[in-house]
Amino acid sequence: MSRFAVGERVTVHDRDPAWEPRKPHLRTPYYIRGKTGAVERICGEFRNPEGLAYGEDGLPKQTLYRIRFDQAHVWPDYSGPAHDKVEIEIYEHWLEKTP
Amino acid sequence: MTDSAHHRHGFDNDTYKHLAVAVRELLVEKGVITEDELAAQMLRMDARGPEHGARMVARAWTDPDYKARMLADGSAAAEELGIAVDGTLLIVVENTAEVHNLFVCTLCSCYPRAILGLPPDWYKGAEYRKRVIREPRVVLEQFGAPVADNVEVRVHDSTADMRYLILPKRPAGTDGWTEEQLAKLVVRDSMIGVAQPLSAEALIAAAE
Repeated sequence: MSRFAVGERVTVHDRDPAWEPRKPHLRTPYYIRGKTGAVERICGEFRNPEGLAYGEDGLPKQTLYRIRFDQAHVWPDYSGPAHDKVEIEIYEHWLEKTP
Repeated sequence: MTDSAHHRHGFDNDTYKHLAVAVRELLVEKGVITEDELAAQMLRMDARGPEHGARMVARAWTDPDYKARMLADGSAAAEELGIAVDGTLLIVVENTAEVHNLFVCTLCSCYPRAILGLPPDWYKGAEYRKRVIREPRVVLEQFGAPVADNVEVRVHDSTADMRYLILPKRPAGTDGWTEEQLAKLVVRDSMIGVAQPLSAEALIAAAE
């Protein structure tokens, strides 16, 4: 069961686990952390790469979403038109509901 | 391997080659994999190339039902043409008069290998990966495929379990062409989204 619905506004966690005791294998790039976008589609459930990278089973599976962001929001100095977008895959545990 | 990667790890190219050979020999020696398995896998990798993607695009250009199935489920559409997509899922996005799509993997070099074969070196390089995400229009211009401001540019960052294929716009002047003819227009870079397919004139001129 996915926590977020298509079209829902979500924000990517702005944490830096590089400083946590076990440096994780992250699939959430720095540039998108703390940014707010909308769910474009739900991709299904996948094993968590942060566990898989350490030879673990990656369970419980995480719902993977594709989130659509405005480029002008992601890059304050973005030079292209306001309608340009970036879409990126983010696992559920990296997302929170945007108030 | 890019220069920046060498510097980051402090190794030169030869070190990596020796390392790869040593690991391969150890895996065989310890019975983790066999020489036959290695050879079979190399054959499998070499058999995959952009002509797979070009077949899918040409089919979508000529068969609206196939195109609808492809946009709904890229993996199933590939398998329908006998192309196996293993491990990851394929998402196909369509270029239109309103939206131009392109993809990148900013974290590493995820690429739809089952559909397009091995990625070009520039795709794996730091410059493309860093620049295309924040100034895609400049990069498109450098590839010779500028996009007008009234068209939305949509960059897809392939960060996890999805792989992407761009369905380019069908070139003008190709009415009545067969799938085989159309497939010849579909160059690899047009399926990454950094180029347009060849024009009908360019293909005819090349054939003459």
